[in-house]
Formats: sequence, C-alpha cells, structure tokens
Amino acid sequence: MKQFAQLFTGLDQTTKTLAKIKALVSYFETASDTDKLWAIALLSHRRPRRTVNTTLLSVWASERSGLPAWLFGESHHIVGDLAETITLLLPAPTEVSDGSLAYWIGFIQQLEPLTIEEKKEKILWAWNRLAHTERFVFNKLITGGFRMGVSQQLMVKALARYTGTEESVLAHKLMGQWSPQQTTFNELLAANDGHDTSKPYPFYLAYALEDDITTLGEPAEWFAEHKWDGIRGQIIVRNGELFVWSRGEELVTDKYPEYESLRTLLPEGTVLDGEILPYKEGRPLPFNQLQTRIGRKTLSARILKDVPVAFIVYDILEWQHNDIREWSLTERRKTLESLCPPDHPVLRLSPLVDFKTWPELAAARSHARELFSEGVMLKRKSSVYRNGRRRGDWWKWKIDPYTVDAVMLYAMRGHGRRANLYTDYTFAVWDNGTLVPFTKAYSGLTDEEIRQVDRWVKQNTLERFGPVRSVKPELVFEIAFEGIARSSRHKSGIALRFPRMFRWRKDKPVQEANTLQDLMQLLEAKND
Amino acid sequence: MALLEFTDRGICCPQAGVYLDPWKPVPRALITHGHSDHAHAGHEQYLCTPITAPVIRHRLGLTNTAVQTTSYGETVSINGVQFSFHPAGHIPGSAQIRVEYHGEVWVFTGDYKRQQDGISEPFEQLTCHTLITESTFGLPIYRWIPQTEVFDDVNAWWARNKAEGKVSVIAGYTLGKAQRILKNIDVAQGNIFTHGAVDVMNQVLRDAGLSLPPTRRVTKEMRKSEFEGALVICPPSAVGSPWIRRFMPFSLGIASGWMALRGARRRRGADRGFVLSDHADWRELNDTVRQSGATKVYVTHGYSEIFAQWLTENGIEAAEVKTQYEGELGEIVESGAQENTTESEISTAAGEAQE
Repeated sequence: MKQFAQLFTGLDQTTKTLAKIKALVSYFETASDTDKLWAIALLSHRRPRRTVNTTLLSVWASERSGLPAWLFGESHHIVGDLAETITLLLPAPTEVSDGSLAYWIGFIQQLEPLTIEEKKEKILWAWNRLAHTERFVFNKLITGGFRMGVSQQLMVKALARYTGTEESVLAHKLMGQWSPQQTTFNELLAANDGHDTSKPYPFYLAYALEDDITTLGEPAEWFAEHKWDGIRGQIIVRNGELFVWSRGEELVTDKYPEYESLRTLLPEGTVLDGEILPYKEGRPLPFNQLQTRIGRKTLSARILKDVPVAFIVYDILEWQHNDIREWSLTERRKTLESLCPPDHPVLRLSPLVDFKTWPELAAARSHARELFSEGVMLKRKSSVYRNGRRRGDWWKWKIDPYTVDAVMLYAMRGHGRRANLYTDYTFAVWDNGTLVPFTKAYSGLTDEEIRQVDRWVKQNTLERFGPVRSVKPELVFEIAFEGIARSSRHKSGIALRFPRMFRWRKDKPVQEANTLQDLMQLLEAKND
Repeated sequence: MALLEFTDRGICCPQAGVYLDPWKPVPRALITHGHSDHAHAGHEQYLCTPITAPVIRHRLGLTNTAVQTTSYGETVSINGVQFSFHPAGHIPGSAQIRVEYHGEVWVFTGDYKRQQDGISEPFEQLTCHTLITESTFGLPIYRWIPQTEVFDDVNAWWARNKAEGKVSVIAGYTLGKAQRILKNIDVAQGNIFTHGAVDVMNQVLRDAGLSLPPTRRVTKEMRKSEFEGALVICPPSAVGSPWIRRFMPFSLGIASGWMALRGARRRRGADRGFVLSDHADWRELNDTVRQSGATKVYVTHGYSEIFAQWLTENGIEAAEVKTQYEGELGEIVESGAQENTTESEISTAAGEAQE
C-alpha cells in the first residue's frame, strides 16, 4: 500500500502530464504484478465491490475521533469528500502495516459476509495501522469514486511505455470484462485475447468543432450524418452470442432485448458501432424517454411498447472476425451498407446527409432539432477508426443550444476540487410574480467567476440548510440546454437536458428573467 | 455596560474610549498585529508593540507621532482600564490584548498560534473571565504537523527541483509567512530570491531588529541563469501573474494552512501544497479556551458558528460574533492571496511587483 500511496501522492502533486506518466512508469517498474493489475483496474474504473456502507463508516469514524455526529457532518461538508474527512479526523495510527495494495483490497472484499460489528472491528483495526495517504487510499477503495487525476488514456500511455506494447493494442486489451481476481498481469497483456468473445473495441470519440466549418477543406472529402441523441453503443456478435456495450464500458445486453434479433441477422464475427436510440413509428423519440427506461429495474411489456429502441449503426469495426479498423471509412461504410437490410425495425443504417457545399450542410444542420438530432457529425471519408478522443478526422458540429435567463435561488457546496466553494446552483424563472425553481446547473463558469459567485453567496445568504444556502434572488444567469421535456417529478413540470451556465448576465435585472410560460412555449414548439 | 462591546466599528472598550482592531476610523485604536484586516488606516492614534509599529507605519503611511508602542507585558492605563499586550505567536510583533477593570479580565487573542515558529515571540497563555478568540481553522479536520516536518518537505522539494533543473517558487503571505520560511529553510541549499513585496517587508522587519538570512530582490535586469537552482519567495498574489513566468521551468509550492485540504490544493494549481499555518489548529484553539479558565467565550472570524456550538456543548458559554476580520472564510481561501489577506493587500503586493 505504501507504494501505491506514493504513486497517489506523486500524481496528486503535479498537474503536468509528463510527470504523471513518469510516476506511473516508475510504479509499474517497482510494484508486484498483482499490485500492478489492481492499479490498472482502479485506473480503468474497475472498482472492487462496496462491502461497507458509507453511513456506517461515518458513524465509526466520528466515534473513533470522539466527535459528535453533527461536527463530523459539518467537517464532511467543508472537506467535500468522505474518505478525506475520515482520514483527517481519525487519531494518528499506533501500528504500521506492510500490506500491499492487493492485500488491502482483499481485506476489504473479505468484509462482505461479516456482521456489522465484525466489520467495524476490522475497519478500526485497519485505520489504526495505515498512515495518512494510505488511509485515504484505503477509505477511497471502500467508498469508491476514486479519482487520481489520471485518465485511462494516460494510464495506457504509461503502460505502453513500460511494456513496450503499442498504445492502441493495449487499450483494446484493457477493454471489456476482466477482473483482477480472475486474471493475472501477464494474462491480461498476453497476445492471445481470442478467448474473450465479448471484448469490445475502444470507442473513437470526436471533439466539438470550434473553428469555422470551411477550415475542414473540401466538402467532397467528408461524410456527414446526424448526431443522434442516444447512448453510444457497440454490438458484438461472436460465437453465436450477442453483446451490447455502452460507452461507459458497461455490458448492457440485458437492457435492450430488442437487439436479440441481431444475433442471427448479423454474420459471425461482427462488431458494430452506433447509437442506442429510442425509436418509434419511423422516428426517434426524445432522449428523456430513454432515460426513464434506463431507470427501470425491470423492463415491463408496457415500457418496451412505449419506448422501443433501435440501433442506428454508423460504423463497423470487425468483419468476419477480422479487425478492420484500419480500413478507410468509405470501405467500412460500404461493408456496413451490405449488412443492413432496408427498413429493418431495429438495425437502421445512419443515413448520410446529402450536401455539396458547406452552406448546404449548414442549412441541413439547422433542421436537426426537428429530427431529435443534436447537430451533425463530420467524418473524413479516408479516416481509419482510432481510439479515444482525437482531433482531425471526426468532428461533431452541434446546433446552438436553447437558452433562458434565470435567477439563482439556492447554492450548494461542491465536491473534490470544488469543495468548500459554492458551485452548484438552483435556478428559477418567473411564474405569476413568484420565482419557480426549474433546474440546477454546475458547469460553465470560469474559476474566477466561481470565486466571485462563491463570495457573493456567502455574503447574501438568507438561510442555511446543511450544505445548501438560499440566497437573495439577485443574480441572473443565461442557462443553455440541449432539450426540454415534460416531467412529473419536477415541481415546474419540465426537465432540461444538459443545463449549464452559458453567461453571467450581470447586466440583467431580476425582473427581466424569463418566465415559465416562455419555457412552456419552447416545449410546445418542439412537440409540434 | 460590558468591558468590551462589539460595535460596527470594531471591538470597543466604552470605559476607556478605545477600540481593538477597529475597521472604521476611530480616535484611538489598539492594534494586535500588522495584517491588513486588523490594522486599518484612518484612525487618529495607534497603540501596538514595537515590532508592529514600523510595519503599520510602512503599510498605512502613518506619521511617527500617530503610533505609540508598548512592550509585551507592560501595562497602559486608560481612564482606569488597564491594557497590556502579550505575545500571540502569530507573526513577529503580534499580540493578544488583555483588558482589566475593577478585577474583571477580558482577553482578545487577535490571530494566534501556539506552535513555535522560530521567528515570532512564543504564544503566552493568559487567564481571564471572558475570552475573545479567533477560529480561522476551528474545525477538527485541521491538525498541524510539527513545522520541522513541513520544512523537511520544503527542503527536499527544493533539492529535487534543483536536481531537475527547476527553480523553486514558494508562495506565502508577505508579512509573517515569508519570513517564517526564510528563517526555517535550509539556506545552505542555494540562493534565495524574493519578490519586491516580500523584500520591502523584510527590510522593514530587519530595520526593526529581526535577523533574517540574506536574500536578493528579483529585478527586471536579472538574467535567467541567476535563478538556476534557487528558491524564490513571493506573495500568493504573484501566482499566475506574468511576473512568475520568468522562472520557467519552475515548480510552484504554496505554504498555507488551507493546503491541508486536497480540494483547496488542487484548485490552486500548485505543484506542492505545504501545510504551514500561522493560526491555531483545532487542538490549539481548544487548549487555549480551556487553559484561559474563561467562563464566557466570544468566537470571531473563521468557523465561528461551529466552534461556538462545540464549546457550548462542552459546557462553556460561547457565542459567535460578527467582525470584519478576514470577511468570510472562502474569501481568504479564494481571493488569490491567503491567510489574512484582503483586496488592498493584493493590490499593494501587485503594485510593488511592478516597480
């Protein structure tokens, strides 16, 4: 654990990519294979199962520190992270431990069948032999949400340097379902990965186009498609089995029984990339209907009928068991077209937007919202399928968001990097002379603006409710969002998609903020 | 009439007609220390310790006659009220103010810490009936480690930067923190440079009799090569300014009690956060209250509401008082400067930087 704590400190103490890679490489060089394997798992979001609930952890920690629960709670609000709060509040350890990372993870896993009292005893025992950072890491392993300031891509880069294997090859090996308990470091990185039939490919992700569209050069070199507002997914058919992966590297086959028919429709050894989209009567449904469906534990016949999904396919990565990501998009697209039967209810080829000039494409894009699309995707015809988020060959060109001017009513403390700062706000619009809250937003402000708003919040608080403060209704922000839908769960009757602060309207008096009627009009206009 | 009262000008002693660390102009002000949220301009008469006097003269542009001094432990009698200044351990010259009248004793701590820092006169524990204490770090999450350990880390960081060909830039408050760093760092490791604002303050304190290791002020004419392997001490306001870029490649360290929290550390974009505070931590605050024997405690700036509630639950009558010391906590953390720094302080530092 000491080594891993050291790695953690090393990563935490720098904001520079090169220094982080260096710290990772030196960890890989010195750590045991089992520890390496766990480190890779943790840095690719594979967390051990949670075996102790966080409420109990809080209770034990405040007991052990001799603090009343309210004071523990206040401390937690200020620190903004439970694992860190516990680390700071516990008395210093009186013992030491040489246990490895794998040892402590095993220790946590073994807690699962124990009674609460037994768990408590074990946890207190552990707390008393872990030094500061080790204790923090240990708590993080239990509570989850472990962020070490290292993206998976960066970790892969460091691993590539350490093993001498190419990054893209490594990235693929680390995909899919594996767990440090069922494999070894060498097995994971071994050349033969054929035995895992479910293994997906890393997704190729596009950046948003910020420059003028004409900077892309000749329109003839590009394909354009609609950017569908669903969930990015990969469908795999191998050895007579079907697997559906979401972009979050989650295996979601069971969630979409509609796709079962593709198991026989698609030839053996096929991997498709596309969008899981709610789709009914020949057209997409708003995304929030899919969200409702995802939220359900069991899929009732009713929900399957109300919100059926289609797979809008736009790329093919494996064909007849061959990895064809190095083919040009033109070739891949041709292969894909040969696979998709016309008018299939579930498998739908993402249509190309027809355009000869950039202004023509811009015109098509302006109609995107009517199709429940978020804009257009631009893909260079000659492009290979790369992994991760890359610039150059794929771009998303989104339509401008909706915006409304809203008044801040509540502010809540943020977490992590934003701990002890008021960064999460609730906004309201006017409805017959009163302000009705309708959305929260967390992002969009610069650090400097956050500091200013934070200070303003502290000076203009009306009431405190734990980490939340109600504030004088004086600040107006322009809120941007991608979609709007009816919602029975919200008091205002509406729910927004991707709300964020677009601008701080220091020039706008509160009276001139938008009204609930304005929002209702947007909603109706959209449903026409 | 209470011996001390909380007014919108500051803490007032009506019997003596004086104010302690007032923030609005008053005829007679008793000043605990030179930080700008405690020593404001505009008063007619100032009373403070001999080390604080040149500091506030310099910072507030006061005439010699406007500032009177009193040494630690001396008694000054004003209309029957006896005032005395006692070491607070916060920064050089900092004091707690003891007020006695007809056998009733109040103590105003100002800002203080109990850990010895090697540069400030060590904190003196006083006893009193009523205590007015700060609570900047009045939460149990704040627990300082001995400063020798912190300086071991700072020295090691400096040595490593030097080996990697980087300049070590450390940010700390101009008055107090900068000199504390200077006094405790291993000066044998290399040259030490200071930002103009720090240099000016060093000079004021050297003139007042404080001994500090030799330093060089960073000037425009200096060549990059002169900074190789050196340590540069600057105010927090210099972080992110064009001034700091000339040291590239450099590693940035920030020395502050706020660095105890990971979130605060990451926000500041520093390579290293050194937990070095000139305020009392949770345990020190509690020790001070308990050992003062006070039966009534007023808690000023910091986590005052929480600390007051904690004391009340532990059988000590305590209340939060609103003062203008440091405004709200977040302001100090996020204002770009840190402990005890206000807007005017930042502009002073920035102004000096441009000289």
